[in-house]
Amino acid sequence: MVKEGYRKERLDRGIKARCDSIFMLTSYREILYMLLPRVLPIAALIIIPLVLEVSGQVYWQKVFILACVISLLAMGWDYLASVGLVSLGQALFFGVGAYIAGALNHYLKWPIFLTIPVATLGGALICTLLLAPIIRMRGIYFGMVTLAFPLFFNRIIEATKLCGGTEGLPGLTQFPTIWVATYLIIGALLICLFAFRRIIDTDYGMVLRGIRDNDRAIMASGINIYWVKVQAIFICAAAGAFAGAFMSHHIGIVGMSVFALDMSIMPVAAVVLGGGGTFAGATLGTFILVPLSEFLRAYGTLRIAIYSLVMVVCVVGLPEGIFHYLQRKYHQFDRWVTVEAKE
Amino acid sequence: MKRDLLKVVNLTKSFGGVRAVDEVSFEVAEGEFLGLIGPNGSGKTTTVNLITGYVKSDKGKVFFKGKDITGKAPYAIANIGIARSFQMVRPLYQLPAFKNIVVALRSPRVMKEIRGGKYGELDDIAIDLLEDVGFERDSFVPYKLASALPHGYLKRMELARCMALRPDLYILDELFSGMSMSEVAATMFIIEKMKQGGKTVIMIEHRLRELFRVADRVLVLNFGRKIAEGTPKEISESNEVKKAYIGVEVELA
Ligand SMILES: Nc1ncnc2c1ncn2[C@@H]1O[C@H](COP(=O)(O)OP(=O)(O)O)[C@@H](O)[C@H]1O
Ligand SMILES: [Mg+2]
Repeated sequence: MVKEGYRKERLDRGIKARCDSIFMLTSYREILYMLLPRVLPIAALIIIPLVLEVSGQVYWQKVFILACVISLLAMGWDYLASVGLVSLGQALFFGVGAYIAGALNHYLKWPIFLTIPVATLGGALICTLLLAPIIRMRGIYFGMVTLAFPLFFNRIIEATKLCGGTEGLPGLTQFPTIWVATYLIIGALLICLFAFRRIIDTDYGMVLRGIRDNDRAIMASGINIYWVKVQAIFICAAAGAFAGAFMSHHIGIVGMSVFALDMSIMPVAAVVLGGGGTFAGATLGTFILVPLSEFLRAYGTLRIAIYSLVMVVCVVGLPEGIFHYLQRKYHQFDRWVTVEAKE
Repeated sequence: MKRDLLKVVNLTKSFGGVRAVDEVSFEVAEGEFLGLIGPNGSGKTTTVNLITGYVKSDKGKVFFKGKDITGKAPYAIANIGIARSFQMVRPLYQLPAFKNIVVALRSPRVMKEIRGGKYGELDDIAIDLLEDVGFERDSFVPYKLASALPHGYLKRMELARCMALRPDLYILDELFSGMSMSEVAATMFIIEKMKQGGKTVIMIEHRLRELFRVADRVLVLNFGRKIAEGTPKEISESNEVKKAYIGVEVELA
């Protein structure tokens, strides 16, 4: 499109040049341009539960919380992937956290404000110790072992009747109101999102990304890559274990389904769909996948077929991930400015 | 007599049927500049990999400052004070050049020395180091992604990463290969300065003219075996070396 006397100008160019200095604050429009993509999603996260409450959508309230929970697993996956560890067993972190919180509450009657922190840190520690021996494995080998762990726990619990066996542990303390639960998980999601994005941009984050890039160069730099990988696993496991502990108390029961394959696959699919490396992509992907998956329940057995089809179309159409696509397009927004008249 | 900084005893390594390194022994004294030469495939890089822990030896021991460091992990060896460059450059392609150096500055060895530096200071140190090896600060080369840099720059970045570790021993593996003549000349200047500064260096190099200018002693490998050892003058006159090294004679003359 051509407009006489005007030319197109990118919105972000001038802003980018100024955004490091105080001059950015001279224009409310520029502030808006910078803040909008950050504030809008946060506002949406906070407002959606209110809207669902007002419109009486109890079911979708549950779906929303589930999406928040899965997005913690997805961000954890993305974090691990940033050091080059591909986990196919996010259910391990989720399940261990869920069972620790469940057992502490069921057997010892510990209150929620104790079980969740203990399950988060304890679960992360246990998972890290479990995975530490295989830290030297790379790529698909690491993935296969992590895939096996949750299935292994699943069978152990079934066979030994540990922690209630197939029945699970019922009657756990629930959150006083759905609001506590909702905003607790939203808070956790936001903390994770911004903390991870922050970490990955620090020098420590450079080391993380460097290990994925070329671990020999990192070793030549005198940095113990295995110790860094252990730290990354701990962080990822803590996010997952928190999600699990939260879920136990949210639904008031913990059963073998916490180790289900779904919990391992969903986070990976979400990151692939949303785009990796940014954590925001992981969250975006989850908030598309989880509601879609619930929506498709109406179609019975066709659900998985449609679900897979949507996944394939998205991945083929936007191999970089939805988030990266949106980000690129946002930076390409332009506006009409007058061209100085030529003599 | 100065004490030995590095001592290698009967180092041996086979890959399948190939004896890449065969009973190699040598010492490097503190402040010495050792040249390591040999035809392609003679086991020079493998020797470096054995010393720095990237490859496990079949036999033999490595002592550094009198301590046995055989079989230690590469990062542990880097922290003890042996920095190596890679013949095949190994930059962190997704990071800006100066962040490649920052990673080395974050090693426990360096952090101990420059403790207390606030965020940003590491960046400055890194950029200074890159400037030292010839990255033009004004043209923002240090800020470019490593993947956008030409090969010669990546080679010099390897050197900067070694320097960042403030090591007691430098091992430079064919630093000059793939560099332009002017880059070699500029880098040679840095190497000469290192020598004047009394640094201990093992330098593997095919450009014998440059190497012989700085080396105190030269070691020759062929088919994984040490075939000669001596001053640059002795080596360039040795018949055995010439036989092993056909084709380089022209350069020696
Ligand atoms: N990782 C490896 N696997 C198998 N063979 C190798 C490996 N590294 C080196 N070699 C073999 O060892 C021999 C010595 O190689 P190298 O040390 O790279 O020689 P140089 O650095 O002197 O050119 C060569 O024959 C090479 O093919
Ligand atoms: Mg070599």
